[in-house]
Formats: sequence, C-alpha cells, structure tokens
Amino acid sequence: MNIMDHLPALVVAVPLLGAFLTPLVGKVNDKLRNIFVIFIAGLTCALVFLLANQVFTDPDGIITYVFGADTEDTLKSIAEQGNPLVRILFEVDGLSAFMAIIGSLLPLVAVIYSWSFMKEHTGLDKYYTLILLMTAGMLGMMLTGDLFNFFVFLEITSIASAALIAFYTDKGKAMVAGFKYIVISSIGALFILLAIAIFYAQYDALNIAVIANNIQYGFLDKIALVLLIAALGMKSAFAPMHMWLPDAYGRAPASVTFVLIGTTLASLYGVLRVCFTLYGKNLAATGSNLGSLNLTPGFLLGALLVVLAIITIFVGVFMALKQVDLKRMIAYVAVAEIGYMLLAFSAVLISLYGGTSPNTEVVSQTALKGGLFHIFNDALDIGLLFLVAGAIYYATKETSLNKLGGLARNMKYTTIFFLIGLFAASGMPPMNGFASKILIYESTYQVNPILSVIAILCSILILAVFVKVFHSVFLGPEHVSLKNVKEVPKIMLLSMAIISGIIIFFGLFPDVVVNNLISPAAEALTNNKIYISSILGVI
Amino acid sequence: MSGMSRIVKTMTSTVFPFAMIFGLYVIAHGHLTPGGGFQGGAVVASACAMVLVAYGSVWTMRKIKEKHLSVLESLGALGFISLAFLGLIFADKIFFDDFIMGPNGIGMIFNNAALGESDIFTAGVIPLMNFAVGLKVIAGLFAIVLVMAYATVKVKEVKSK
Amino acid sequence: MIYNIPYFAVIALILIGLYAILFRRNLIKIVIGITLIESGVNLFLITLGYREGSTAPIYTLSPGGIMSMPVPQALTLTSIVIGVAVLALMLSFIIHIYRHYKTLDVRKIGGDD
Repeated sequence: MNIMDHLPALVVAVPLLGAFLTPLVGKVNDKLRNIFVIFIAGLTCALVFLLANQVFTDPDGIITYVFGADTEDTLKSIAEQGNPLVRILFEVDGLSAFMAIIGSLLPLVAVIYSWSFMKEHTGLDKYYTLILLMTAGMLGMMLTGDLFNFFVFLEITSIASAALIAFYTDKGKAMVAGFKYIVISSIGALFILLAIAIFYAQYDALNIAVIANNIQYGFLDKIALVLLIAALGMKSAFAPMHMWLPDAYGRAPASVTFVLIGTTLASLYGVLRVCFTLYGKNLAATGSNLGSLNLTPGFLLGALLVVLAIITIFVGVFMALKQVDLKRMIAYVAVAEIGYMLLAFSAVLISLYGGTSPNTEVVSQTALKGGLFHIFNDALDIGLLFLVAGAIYYATKETSLNKLGGLARNMKYTTIFFLIGLFAASGMPPMNGFASKILIYESTYQVNPILSVIAILCSILILAVFVKVFHSVFLGPEHVSLKNVKEVPKIMLLSMAIISGIIIFFGLFPDVVVNNLISPAAEALTNNKIYISSILGVI
Repeated sequence: MSGMSRIVKTMTSTVFPFAMIFGLYVIAHGHLTPGGGFQGGAVVASACAMVLVAYGSVWTMRKIKEKHLSVLESLGALGFISLAFLGLIFADKIFFDDFIMGPNGIGMIFNNAALGESDIFTAGVIPLMNFAVGLKVIAGLFAIVLVMAYATVKVKEVKSK
Repeated sequence: MIYNIPYFAVIALILIGLYAILFRRNLIKIVIGITLIESGVNLFLITLGYREGSTAPIYTLSPGGIMSMPVPQALTLTSIVIGVAVLALMLSFIIHIYRHYKTLDVRKIGGDD
C-alpha cells in the first residue's frame, strides 16, 4: 500500500477516523485525548502539504482519485471505451490544494490554542470530536469533484459547526446564535440540493466535469445558477444575507470561530467553482449588445456580484463602527473582508467577459491573484484577532469594550499580537494584508475607478475602527476590576505566535507565495478545460 | 415522565421483540430487498422509543445509561471506517468491496457463488457496512430520544419550582 | 399532463414551507417549515427517476421490462438521513432556548443589536 497514491482519500479519512476514536480515547485519560487530537490534526496538515506538493509538481497540475476502483482503469474505460461515469471521485487541482492548505492549518492552530483555553470546561470529548468532524467536512468540500458529495460534506460541516457555536450552554445568547445558524444553513443547503436535482434532471450526471462539458444556458440552467449563487452566498455571508455571521462568530468560543472562518471560506470556494468551472462554457457566450458593452452572461454575473460586494463592504465597515462588543466588531470587519474578496472575483468576471479594455489578461490575472491571496490573508488576520479576543476573554471574563481598559501593562505579548493583527487587517505594510489589498486596488481601478476609491476609503475606516479599539482596550487607565489580570498561558501565546509568524513572512516575501501557491490556483480557475479533460479524456 | 397504564405496558413488552427482529431483518437483507443500515436502524429505534413512552423515562434511564449508548455508537462508526481502511490495506483501493468477494478475497466463507445470485452472501463488504451503520443509527437515534426525554423532565422540574 | 402533478406538489410544498419560515412566530412552526421544504425537495428527487411503465429496481433476476432509475433513490435516502440529524439538532436547541427565555416567540428571544 503506497500512501502517496491515496493521499486525497487519506486527507478526508484520517480526521474522520480521529473523530470517531476521540470519545473512546477520552474515556481513558484527558491529556492523552488532547495529545491524540493534536497528533491527528498535525498528521492531516502533513498529508495536505504532501498532496499540495504532488499537485504543484504534476505536469498537468491536477490529480484525480476514484473511490472504490482503480483510478487508471476507470479513467481509461471512460476515455477510450466511452463507459459512463458512475463513481464518486476527488479532483484536486491548484485551487483545491491551495484551499486545503488553509483548511488544514486553521484546525491545527485551533486545537493547540484550545488545550488551555478550554481547560475548565466539561464536555470536551464532544468538542474535540466535532472539531475533527468540521475539519473532515471542510477538506471534503474543497477536494471533491462531485456535486452531491459537495452537498453532503457541506451539511456535515454545518451540523458540526452549529453544535459548536452553541457550546456555552449556560448562556441563552449562544443558543440563539446556534439556532439561527442551523436554520439559515439548512435552508441554503436545501436550495443547493434543488439546484443539484435540476442538474441531474437535465444532464443525467452529478460529476462537475461531465456537467461542465455538456452545459447549456437554458431557462432551467439560469434558475440553477441563481439558486446556487444565492445559497452559497448565504453560507459565505454576502450582504444582505450576512445576518448570521456576527451572532455566530461573536458568541462562539474563540477557537471555534477560528475554524468557522475556514468553513465560510470553503463556501466561497464553492461560489468560485460554480462560477468559473461549472458555468465556464456559458460565461463567454454571445449576449445582446448595449452600446459598446458586450452583455455576455459573464459580464452580467460580474456586475451583479460587484454590487453585492460594495454593499457587503459598506455594511461591514459601518456596522463595525457602532459596536460595543469586541468579538462582534471583529465579526463585522470579517464581513467587510469577504466583500473585498468578492470585489476581486467580480472584477475578474467583468474584465474577462466584458471585453472592452485593452489589457484584460493582465487585469484579470492581477485581480484573481489578489482575491486568492486575500482569502489566505483574511483567514490569518481575522483569525489572529479572534484569538486575541479569546485571550482577553480568558484573562478578564469580559467582552464589552466599556469594561476593558489598560490591559497593556499586564498582557504585553497579547498587545503585540493585536498590533500585528490590526496592521494586517487594515492593509498596512509590511504585513500580508497590504500585499493582497494592493493587487485588488490596482485591478479594480482598471475596471472602474470608483470601486477602487471605495475600497481604499473603507480600508482606512477599518484602520480607524481598530485604532480606536486598541486605544480603549490596551492603553489608557486601568479599570478597578482588572487589577489582577495575568498574561495568558504560554500555549495560547504559542498558537498566536505561529499565526503572526506566517503573517509577517507573507508580508515580507509576497512574491514567493504568489509564484508558488497562488499562480497554479489562478491558472486552474481560468482554464476549466484541464479540469474537464483530465476525467473525460481530450475533448 | 411517568409510564402509561398496565395494558399499554403489557402490549409493548409483547410487541417489542417482534419489532426488533423485523428491524434487524431489514438491516441484514439490505443488499437484496429495499432497506439497509439507516432504514432498519430507524425501525429498531422506533421500537425502543415505544418502550420509552410506555414505561416512562425514569424507568428506562435506570436500565440504560447514556454513556453505554455512546460507546455503542462509537463502535458502530469505528466499524464503518475500519472497513473502508481494510479495503485500502488489503487491495490498495479504498472502499473496495472485492477484497471479500474476489478470487483472492479474505472472506472465502462469503463466496458461495454456486448458491445462485439472490443469496445473502453475495455482496462483499456492503452487508458488513450495513451492520455498522445500523448499530450506529440504533444507538444514535435512541440516545437522542432518551436525552430529550431527560431534558424535558428537568424543564418541568424547573418550571414547577 | 397527469405526469406533471408531482411537480406541482413540489412547488406547493416548497412555497408553504417558505411561508411558514418567514411569517410564523413560533419556533416550532419554523422548524416544521424547514421539514416541509425538505419533503418537497425529496419528492422532486424521487419524481425525477420515474420512467413510464417501469417497475421498482430491486430485482436481481428481473422479470423483464424497464426499471426506474435507482440513483435518485439513493440521493433521497441520504437527504432524509441529513434531514433527521438537522431536525434533532434544531429541536435540542429549542429545548435549551425554552429553558432560558421561558417563551417560544421568535420576536422576544434574540440578543443585542
């Protein structure tokens, strides 16, 4: 048995096995269970790095894995003998490998952080089981090449996350947040299932590559596109469907929020797959002409998403200004950052399929690289801020900004990490936020200058919000009740230091990251012929 | 909650074994007739819920503790995933069912092809997976109903204080 | 025309379920609305597999004739299992919310902002 041949399946099966073994190990000893969970998360991370290495050094840039049969025999029988495709398969291209790196790094740091963050709580067996289940679901969502498989992993992730959001069962507000999350998530998933059923009715196939090969742009396909974008956008917190995010992120434990960021980004990955790979053939189809614009379906989709992105950025930034609770404010900034990512991707759609400006190649590639880089950076930045907020809650048991003050005297390292997160989230050099945001500013300026101006202004507003928070929480006179605050345990500091180290490394050497990680992903996204031909043979 | 009258209790204890046997039949023949792991598990869990309603939650929780159900559920889940990994170890393909049925299969006792095609020993690893899933569904659904009955009892106590 | 009646039933179920989620105040009625939408989508999946004059796809030695498609039946089964799990989770949340807020009215629970 060669591990290197079975990496895509092992990446999902190892966290699943760990999740089912954790209750049994937990009955033996508590420390043993913590070490076992950290070992499983680390093993998953190592397997994902091996898989990403395999994908990036492959000449085609894509790896296919068939479940329940031999991969080469199945592919040969489809390509040469024309047998129909009946197996579920995982298709790992550059974008999937890139998202899987994010999706395996976040739970590892969260599990290390929760060694001491969750120490006084009971019910930790179920907590660790659910985090490993969330990991398995997230990684399955990112690697799969089959639509119904995507739906099943999406449901696994949302059920596990809803149970973890309501972890503080003694507080009513956490329960309400969990209930809101599961209702919205379940309705979204049912609409995705309706769209999958429409695809199955038309094309008699559930595989993404087969549907992308045969897709036409009829009435039912437009309905399916609207349902998919709306439901996946609901799960990725596009405005005006973002209402669940401040409640869910703000009332969950901090380590759970850290993994929740990964699941939100996995739904954003779903939007990218649907727009670029599944509907790739339709986006360039000829549409009607309006003056000098060519109204292809890609241009209309891009225009709609640009409007949603601007609304998201505005809602996120302006609602963050008036918050009193620290975690809720960071959650609204997270909404604004998702707006930035959506702005970058819709700029790609407009410039690729609008076809008016002369240098569409450069603009679309820059926007795509900026958007993908911003996905990774946003996960790290907002994650670091949530870890710091969790550390403040652990030390002082307070989350309201009115009752915090003067913490820099006792919690020096936490202050430094908050400063790093502050500069990174608002796009200041030398942090990684600057590297990705300047790519977004440059490319959206070419599409329409107003978009770029709005983006820069809202970045400055985010900086203003965070400077205000920094001043009121860390500087200033000390509150009477906070005199005996001590620094948080070293393990939490270690996890925050790992994330800060990656942030600073990305900020200082952005071209290393862009050339090795982002370029394969951007290549894979704009060219869906490779995705289709690696399963169906050369078409 | 308290139990129901003596007539209901007697009828329940008479019907319960038959319901369980029917549920286990549905689980075991999942590869030949409609049914399988989840369907049969739901039937057995309904029979167990019938016992819970008839005899009252206080009596049932004295007989069955929730932590034993949690161990059973974990064993069911572990059975499923270790069958998937067995396919990986023995035959280099994950979730592969020919490692029991094939010519080099380890389960030659299941390889009675001479008996015809609708025999119970014909589908490789699928009946074993049905058993694992059925065990997990029985333990899981019964644990959900038991814990909800326990929580409702506590809500009534809090309300009446 | 008569073979399109299940599709009308699907639309009716989904619309009634959406009405229950959006316009009802009781938490349990919202959960029932979600269950209605799920039943509608499952019905849609099963109806897709029907071929005219077909029998059930459960025979090994079939008596001849065509059978309806078995793939939507497997998809529906998976969807029903997921629906059971989500329903159990939502009802557990409702029990906890009732214990905290002593009411099931969706306008009276709910946090700040």
